Amino acid sequence: MVKIKLATVWLGGCSGCHMSFLDLDEWLFELASQVDLVYSPLADIKTYPAGVDVALVEGAIANQEHLDMIHQVRDRTQFLISFGDCAVTGNVTAIRNVFGPSKSAESVLNRAYLEADVQPKLPQGDLVPTLLDQVIPVHQVIPVDCYLPGCPPNAERIRAVLEPLLQGKQPELTGPELIRFG
Amino acid sequence: MSVKTLTIDNQLISAREGETVLETARNANIGIPTLCHLEGLSTVGACRLCLVEVEGVSKLLPACVTVVQEGMMIQTHTERLQHYRRMIVELLLAEGNHVCAVCVSNGNCELQDLAVEMGIDHVDLTYQFPDRKVDISHARFGIDHNRCVLCTRCIRVCDEVEGAHTWDMAGRGHTAHVISDLNQPWGEASSCTSCGKCVNACPTGALFHRGSTVGEMQHEREQLSFIMTARQQQQWVR
Repeated sequence: MVKIKLATVWLGGCSGCHMSFLDLDEWLFELASQVDLVYSPLADIKTYPAGVDVALVEGAIANQEHLDMIHQVRDRTQFLISFGDCAVTGNVTAIRNVFGPSKSAESVLNRAYLEADVQPKLPQGDLVPTLLDQVIPVHQVIPVDCYLPGCPPNAERIRAVLEPLLQGKQPELTGPELIRFG
Repeated sequence: MSVKTLTIDNQLISAREGETVLETARNANIGIPTLCHLEGLSTVGACRLCLVEVEGVSKLLPACVTVVQEGMMIQTHTERLQHYRRMIVELLLAEGNHVCAVCVSNGNCELQDLAVEMGIDHVDLTYQFPDRKVDISHARFGIDHNRCVLCTRCIRVCDEVEGAHTWDMAGRGHTAHVISDLNQPWGEASSCTSCGKCVNACPTGALFHRGSTVGEMQHEREQLSFIMTARQQQQWVR
């Protein structure tokens, strides 16, 4: 049996969706027997490989690194799932979008590091990726195949998406248990 | 009182004269989604979620303000109506700053429920991220304009049930917002009796009890329906 190549990606989010993924508990054993985890913050793999079958993408697009990464993920993935409210709506990551009338990254940095800090100083150097002016949901950058809302989506929701995919079926999410935001 | 006979979703239904299409449909267990409508308050037909198709009428009509007529042929769930309703809810979600995950009304919100009902798992429109204010100058309540959908239930319940008319609407288009008294902080609005009816009428987390945190805000609709019907039903104690 050819195993499904599964990837999980962590962009502008708190990793709560990944924690919820781990909350699948013993079903993870079943999942592990049917997939190859080819990329994930939970595994030590540095580059996103080609030919990924299914990817769970957590987090909104908040900086240049996310933007570059999501294009790479889209190019190399057959079925891309927007994983959790930050990926789907921007959610908490996008709250910064309202800061400053100019809606720029600069006004956000000024607010965080100059106005609100006791030792006002903007971070220097190029180690930290450049912030985008506005945080945006994943589907505003690239096409998404499936939306999995929730903050975080609980383990049952994640299973409701992955289980049909393992059987070669399209997941269909409806009703408060599966698509309620928040 | 005379009876009107009409057809809703291919069901023959009789209604009392003067009843609205919404009342008649609900009496027949036909659900029509609403947001600005609240039992016991005047109807304004503002949210457009209850739009229905009436045979022979080229416009879509809001069920909450359309009075039944003999022989009406009404459809409440056509593909076109479902499409429009979904679009309305998506517009509401994109227009304000509705971050369910950190909202006091998470899990007790009519907007959130409507999104589920419409099958909204994402919003295709561009989120506006407007710069809106939060007013917590009142001793017991707060208003977060980020979560307001401008349904005007607070304005109507305050005016029509409490008789205070603390709330009103200011601005137009995307600057429209609810104000207290003469556009003063709520805590300084001398007409406010602190009765809390507006808080209980609010469909989202825009009006809330101070001190409530994520998911804690429960709108007590029973308080409103009790007050509105108590005299008629001679219930002097709740």
